[in-house]
This record gives sequence, C-alpha cells and structure tokens, in this order.
Amino acid sequence: MTRENSLVSAQWVEEHLDDPKVVLVEVDEDTSAYDKGHIKGAVKLDWTTDLQDQVRRDFVNKEQFEALLSGKGIANDDTVVLYGGNNNWFAAYAYWYFKLYGHQDVKLLDGGRKKWELDSRELTDEATNRPATTYTAQEQDLSIRAFRDETVEAIGVKNLVDVRSPDEYAGRLLAPAHLPQEQSQRAGHIPTAANVPWSKAANDDGTFKSDAELQKIYEEAGVDFSKDTIAYCRIGERSSHTWFVLKELLGQENVKNYDGSWTEYGSLVGVPIALGDEKGEA
Amino acid sequence: MCGATEGGLALAGVNAAKEAVIQGQVTRAGEPVHGAYVRLLDRTGEFTAEVPTSATGHFRFFAGEGQWTLRTLAPKAEPVDKVVHAAIGSIAEVTIPV
Repeated sequence: MTRENSLVSAQWVEEHLDDPKVVLVEVDEDTSAYDKGHIKGAVKLDWTTDLQDQVRRDFVNKEQFEALLSGKGIANDDTVVLYGGNNNWFAAYAYWYFKLYGHQDVKLLDGGRKKWELDSRELTDEATNRPATTYTAQEQDLSIRAFRDETVEAIGVKNLVDVRSPDEYAGRLLAPAHLPQEQSQRAGHIPTAANVPWSKAANDDGTFKSDAELQKIYEEAGVDFSKDTIAYCRIGERSSHTWFVLKELLGQENVKNYDGSWTEYGSLVGVPIALGDEKGEA
Repeated sequence: MCGATEGGLALAGVNAAKEAVIQGQVTRAGEPVHGAYVRLLDRTGEFTAEVPTSATGHFRFFAGEGQWTLRTLAPKAEPVDKVVHAAIGSIAEVTIPV
C-alpha cells in the first residue's frame, strides 16, 4: 500500500462526485454531524450502532456487516472513500474495519471533513439514495487486529505505540480532553510503549504529513521498523489513524490495531501499568 | 464515545466539581463563528483535543490542572493561539476573536 492508493484529495473527491462506482461514506464521532450537512452523495455509517455489536463489546459479525453494506448500496467492487470529523479518527477506524472484512478498494479523504469545511467546500442536507446491493464480506483479517493477550505478550518484545496525548499516556488525563475525565479505568500506559500521539502524523488542517516526515517521527520515538507493531489508544479509533499511517502510508508489514485499547487494558486485573512520561520497564 | 460533539459536550450529568472545564466562544467582529475548530494543546504544545464550535460559536473541554493553549482554526482566518489556566472544580471562560 502507498499514499497513491489509500488516500485521495478533496479535489479528487469533487471530480468524482457523480461517479457511480465511487461511494463516499461519512463516519463521525458526533453521529449527528452527517444529518446537518454532508458531501453530496455520501452515505452515513453510525459507528455506535452500525459497527458495534449492541450487546457484547465487539464488532458486528460478517453477516451483519454484509447486511449493513448491502443496505447502504455499497458493492464489492465499489471504491469506498471514507471521511469524517475529528481529523478522520472514525473514518480511519472505519477504513481499518473495511480492511478487516476484506474490502479491496478503500481510501481516506485527506483532511476529512475539517479540511473540506476549512476550504469552504459544499455540504448538503440532501438525502442519498443508493439501490441496495448484495455485499459479500470476507472472514476477519486478524493479521491487522490485536487482542489483549498478545498485547500483554508484546511488552518489551514488539513495538507498542500508545497514540494518546502525552497527558493520557502519563496518567494525568483519562480521556481526550473534550470528554469528562471521570472514568473507571486505571490511568497510565502499557510498559515499554512509545508515546507517539496520533496528532504528530497530521497537520493542523487534518491532512497527513509527508512520508519522510512520518518515518522520522516514529523512528525518533524509538519505533523499530524491523519489529512487529501494535498500536492502541483509548477505544481504538485514534490508533486506527496511526495504523493507517504505519501500514498504508509507510507500508510496514506487521502492524495491528488493538481495538480493546486502554478501556480494556486499564480494566484488566493484574497486568503491569507504567505511570509518568517514561516508557517503563518490561 | 470518543469524539467531539459540536460545541463540546453539555455539562448536564457531568460532575463539574471533579472537572477542570475550559469553555468559551469564537467570534468574528462580535458575531459567533460556527464551524471553527478549537484545539487544546498541552504545556509542551502537543495536541490534546479538538472540537468544532456550535451554532452559537461555543466550545468546551475537560482538561487537567495547569496551563493550556487554545489554537483556533476558522475558514478564511489565520490560526489564533490563546493561553488559559484550568483548575479542577472551576470553569475557565475564554472569548476568542478571529
């Protein structure tokens, strides 16, 4: 994977607004944002209801994902272009999710909704109607998804990349600061994890930095590209953004996203936790 | 939920005594600016959170004790930085003209 086949510009999207084989998909943390205005022709995915099992803490299964995409009018051979607010956090999460279920041609709109808005490009509240399809998903590709046990085993062995803000990493905050801080998890980070906040990979307008800049950021933070990598954050969406950078932009081979992330790890009984700005010992 | 609602999360249901709230309004020539982006940077300048402003130009963060910088991006305006101090149990009010 490279930048050319995983990322598109706002200009490219404007030129393909009427292309029936290009499906724009908006995914926002604020699930009401789409309803107030979206890019023409875009369909909406609600990450809380469409992408999460409503009882267990897990994703929707293959059959549910197939039903979801079929209902949204997305075909297996469509080019899916994801975008969203918050610098594409949830769009990157959906990108990773589409890859998990084997969709071939999926891309991110560089800069997402923010860049689109800051450019004063057009948004509409017009409803999108796409005829239903019969979508077929693959079994989950677990080469890109990490679970808790392998994350614990990765301490001191693989690259662990904690992409939360430095204050969350150190344990001074428990959640990103647009959310209340009272949380049930323990504070801190997984020992030996490097702290490379997702935001270091993005410019202020939400677009990604150049490959050379990105490479340097991770190397300087002590990420050893000869090793396998597991990225995590609080609930797995910011780490999808970093997974996208490492796997899709920089072309690293073995990169997994630990979607259980700190809400799971910080609630586990008996696992080691490091506090403060230092990585901590294995 | 781990993302920014326009204007920031409402205080309803939040125990404000345990939070260090930073909130305010983005204005242009005295009028509220909707759809600006306010980012909260920590004392080292690192990104900590971001919210788009509401229809009335408002934003809200739940920070920690100490000094923070608010960086505001709005269409057709230069970014504006403003330093603010937050403390648990209090609300820091900020107006940001762009």
